[in-house]
Amino acid sequence: MRNQQATQLLSELSHPGRVAMHWPACDVPEQPLEDLLPANFLADETPRLPELTEGEVVRHYTNLSTKNMSVDTHYYPLGSCTMKYNPKRNERLASLPGIVDLHPYQDESTIQGMLQLLYELQGIFSEISGLPACSLQPAAGAHGELTALMAAAKYFKSIGEERKVVLAPDSSHGTNPASAQMAGFKAISIKSDPNGGVDMDDFRKKLTDDIAVLMITNPSTLGLFEKNMREIADAVHEKGGLVYLDGANMNAILGIARPGDFGADMMHYNPHKTFSGPHGGGGPGAGPICVTEKLKPFLPSPIVEKEGDRYTLDFNRPESIGRVRSFFGNTGVLVRAYCYILSHGPQGLREISENAVLNANYLLSKVKHFLPVPRGERCMHEFVASAADLKKERGITAMDIGKRLLDYGFHAPTVYFPLTIPEAIMVEPTETESKETLDAFVQTLFKITEEDAELLHEAPHTTPISRPNEVQAARSPCLRADFCGS
Amino acid sequence: MSYLYNTPDDQAAMLTSIGVDSIEELFGTIPEDLRLKRDLNLPPQMGELELTQHLSALAAKNASPATHACFLGGGSYDHFVPAAVDALASRGEFYTSYTPYQPEVSQGNLQAMFEYQTLICDLTGMDLSNASLYDGGSALAEAVIMALNTGKRGEKVVVLGSVHPEYRQILQTYFIDLGIEIIEVACPDGIADLAQVEASIDASTNCVVVQSPNFFGGVEDVAAIAEIAHKSDAVVIQSFDPISLGLLKRPGDLGADIAVAEGHSLGSPMQYGGPYLGIMACNDQFVRRLPGRIVGQTEDRRGKRCWVLTLQTREQHIRREKATSNICTNQGLFALRASIYLSLLGPGGLKQAATLCTQKAHYAQQKLTEVDRLETVFGGSPFFKEFVLRDTQGNVDGLLAEAREAGFLGGVPLGQFFPEMEDCFLVCVTEKRTKTEIDALTRTFSLCHTGGSTIHA
Repeated sequence: MRNQQATQLLSELSHPGRVAMHWPACDVPEQPLEDLLPANFLADETPRLPELTEGEVVRHYTNLSTKNMSVDTHYYPLGSCTMKYNPKRNERLASLPGIVDLHPYQDESTIQGMLQLLYELQGIFSEISGLPACSLQPAAGAHGELTALMAAAKYFKSIGEERKVVLAPDSSHGTNPASAQMAGFKAISIKSDPNGGVDMDDFRKKLTDDIAVLMITNPSTLGLFEKNMREIADAVHEKGGLVYLDGANMNAILGIARPGDFGADMMHYNPHKTFSGPHGGGGPGAGPICVTEKLKPFLPSPIVEKEGDRYTLDFNRPESIGRVRSFFGNTGVLVRAYCYILSHGPQGLREISENAVLNANYLLSKVKHFLPVPRGERCMHEFVASAADLKKERGITAMDIGKRLLDYGFHAPTVYFPLTIPEAIMVEPTETESKETLDAFVQTLFKITEEDAELLHEAPHTTPISRPNEVQAARSPCLRADFCGS
Repeated sequence: MSYLYNTPDDQAAMLTSIGVDSIEELFGTIPEDLRLKRDLNLPPQMGELELTQHLSALAAKNASPATHACFLGGGSYDHFVPAAVDALASRGEFYTSYTPYQPEVSQGNLQAMFEYQTLICDLTGMDLSNASLYDGGSALAEAVIMALNTGKRGEKVVVLGSVHPEYRQILQTYFIDLGIEIIEVACPDGIADLAQVEASIDASTNCVVVQSPNFFGGVEDVAAIAEIAHKSDAVVIQSFDPISLGLLKRPGDLGADIAVAEGHSLGSPMQYGGPYLGIMACNDQFVRRLPGRIVGQTEDRRGKRCWVLTLQTREQHIRREKATSNICTNQGLFALRASIYLSLLGPGGLKQAATLCTQKAHYAQQKLTEVDRLETVFGGSPFFKEFVLRDTQGNVDGLLAEAREAGFLGGVPLGQFFPEMEDCFLVCVTEKRTKTEIDALTRTFSLCHTGGSTIHA
């Protein structure tokens, strides 16, 4: 039974004088603080933080945790986000002494094990992508996009070309155009065709001589492999441009097809999707990128290299774009990816994609009978159904269905994305779910489509809260505890 | 495979339902010539036991607290992490949950983020906080973007030379090719020279970036710098050390308009540089330009207090190329750890932690400069928990190598960042370092190249 009392804020629980933390006495001869730091630099009072016992803190956060859905407790058929199982062994291994407690400025001689791991991971990512050079530094997928686009800009500069345009399909992740703009490019969107692929006419029309990069998500956000991939890549390359692959959907093609082989010059991975790093309620992820040999000089420093049997950090990279993040990168996330990949081996990685695609097509074959899937009989690892008919006939929206699923203990699918499908419901089962779970999900989904519209409009009914007023939250923002109501 | 459920029977039944004969057929939409015709060339599959042995062997090749006492700083710090932080953040309901786009089933994360924002505002004395960014360095770059986008007239960014060199490198990467002029103000005494700061600011200055405590550990006169900057209407961005705010005046009290920090010190391990926690707080004027996720309080349809992601119209998934930044994530789990840490420490605990750092660092500086070959470099400047030493024999690498032999990570050589400081290194002393360790490091340094035997900590 959920603790219904647990709704207070830390500031409301606080009692002056309560203490959770006792530090040891100072074991060096103490001096008056005013002798160590100028008096006018010292705070007049300490920050107003809550005063609680350890037990209160533990109960507060434990109770909060029970108000979350999570992969450990629920099924998340969440398209584009690849919410797969997060293996426990990875958590333990990433927390090993000698892994979790390394300082980023330790001398190379004292981190040979870590450097070996990172060096091997660079090679593994290159092998899976078919792109020979790798930087592990970017801190998230969007950060990887930005980093790769900066490298592209520097590459064009190095060959004396001024290229200003980045093309991205209208179904792409919003980060694609945002990253392009931040890297100093002009983002232009290309239409999707009725099958969800790149509209080739629109693409050809917009493929100008000053194109720098085409950003493409393949498999696409509709869960389809871009059938004109070769033609698209060739056309971009003929114009002297580069192809960037948004690797969000790599879970569908591990060991089956490699972006480097099908035309990409650069890509990022989302290790928190493809390689099972936990999403952490919003982060951290990581955004390692792989690129062709000709783009390698522009990658951020450092890169791990091997000289004989010694691993070293190569900072001597004069053409590098520089740094995009402090220290080495999100190493903790990378260690989990390394463990996931080694837990599978080459055949296992292929099985991941095979089962992810099998599960998705199985769900598709069941769902399409009551929720149309406008783009195709087959999909890769995900598909997009549409509640447009239900909305027209009975006033039931994609949002209503998503919210009602919460009542039945399923996380909602991604809804209203991609924007190219009306009332989109984007479903991605992942490889780490059983047929029983998928069957239960389909049955529930069907049951919901038969339910009373009013019941659905007010769903969810069993969750701690229901349909919060988001307009009010944005119109009169209350962004910290003591602001509210003022 | 441990994580796959489908048995051959399941697969057969599913294929029948789909109406195909093989899984291979499902990949039919990938043109034949675009497919990989071989197995990936990767290490063979490892079971859990083998993998554990493999990772343990790799870990054993690294120096860790079991083998070495860490006096390294420079933006990553060996602070103590209370057990409750690990225990709570390890709950699967936190770390395996998704971004809280469905508020009804994410109230735990949303409330925790809202409380994080509240704690950061209280910690910094600022009006607003987002729900975190990647790390301290990229948070600083995002702060400059925010300042540049806020309709100020100038496009010149003034950065003090005492700001973390890697943070300054990130600024160069982000802005140098976009036509933004970055002026670096030298800090020859390890601390800003106010006259030089003043001389570097003019009507075209958009913002002034200061770090305090700075990269060398020195505490800057942020209030004076802010006064100078504000005279020219420049935005003041302060990068701070969250632990130091147990003792030092808050950025908001010193006149900072935007405050950013590396927040891993608040309850997260060093883990070789990441993932870390980018803290960003600011004044009200930036509310619609603040990058990253923001959680707001509201009511649900039954009138119950609750929390949602808000002000999303700034964000990339709605605004695409017109978004305030391309960031699509936060460091939710590490923001959570910071909140738990601050809740455990409370005001008294934070002050004690900061005081222990300062007392021990000053003791260490005094002891280490008693070693013949070592001298302080910025002796007169006030410092918090880090300080710079010069090896008068000019052999920093040799000195630190001997310290490693004796069981100490003795300092960060500064030649890698500043060629003129080839003979200098940065020493950091957190609350975890003991007098015994400090004294032993002192003895080790005194015995270097003297023929005496080294002393183990």
